Amino acid sequence: MTRSVTKLTTTPEDHRIAQLAAAAIGLALIDAAIPLPLPGVKPGLANIVTLIVLARYGWATAAWVSGLRVFAGGLLLGQFLSPGFFMSLTGAVLSLLVLAFASRLPGRWFGPVSWSILAAFAHIGGQLLLARLWLIPHNGLFYLVPLFSAAALAFGIINGLIAARLLAELPATEPLTAE
Amino acid sequence: MHWLALLRPGDWLVAALGLAICGVSIPLAWQGGVAEKAVIKRGGEVFAELDLSRNRQIEVPGPLGITTVRVEKRRVRVVSDPGPRQYCVRQGWLARPGEIAICAPNQVSVQVQGGKEAYDSLSY
Repeated sequence: MTRSVTKLTTTPEDHRIAQLAAAAIGLALIDAAIPLPLPGVKPGLANIVTLIVLARYGWATAAWVSGLRVFAGGLLLGQFLSPGFFMSLTGAVLSLLVLAFASRLPGRWFGPVSWSILAAFAHIGGQLLLARLWLIPHNGLFYLVPLFSAAALAFGIINGLIAARLLAELPATEPLTAE
Repeated sequence: MHWLALLRPGDWLVAALGLAICGVSIPLAWQGGVAEKAVIKRGGEVFAELDLSRNRQIEVPGPLGITTVRVEKRRVRVVSDPGPRQYCVRQGWLARPGEIAICAPNQVSVQVQGGKEAYDSLSY
């Protein structure tokens, strides 16, 4: 069966992932535009989307959205396959791994703020490890750990609160999977 | 809706844990104590130990000429060096324990030392 026009069959799930990834990419671009004094310290606004997707649609969708954001964000910012891209990829992979566990914590006790803080620490932990092993192979790097962990805590709480608020205010159109 | 209402009990726990990590990381990362003296070596042997609390300037003779080292306001730096690339001079002021400026061509090094010796070597 040959057709002149290449036709991709897409499911509603694909559309949803694409829409959410677009939102995450938009936030990642805003993120990159915010000037901050120390390289490596960023608010990580795109993670708000990841948290919401995790709560609403589950881990697999969150992983898709996060992965698409890292790759498309890297392309848009012109840092695809550069050290910055690998830093962001490592951070995203480790956060997703931690989120896989965090989202299984009892929902009565641990909400998006917990997820966000845990993911932020996983993010910076992975990046520090990659930076130490590859980019700056010197222990002097760890001199910055207190600053990085303070930033992870602060931005983790802020992003978690924003995600929690959006989750509370936006009506769930789909059955919640992570509750 | 109040922001605090969005926090669940465990969230406070996780936040406290994060704060504890920040607190613990400070002494771990910023160890080495207070800078107390500058150790100047020439050809691998200690040439002088300068107390950082006293401002002074000394001249260290090496194979190429005189390397001048100055202590000022609890910091130390190489002021001038006959070496061709001037790396140790351009390093500027050293204030933290473990920091070191090496003028390799003239075989002179200046290192800041604190009360306790931090690990200062890397091996591969």
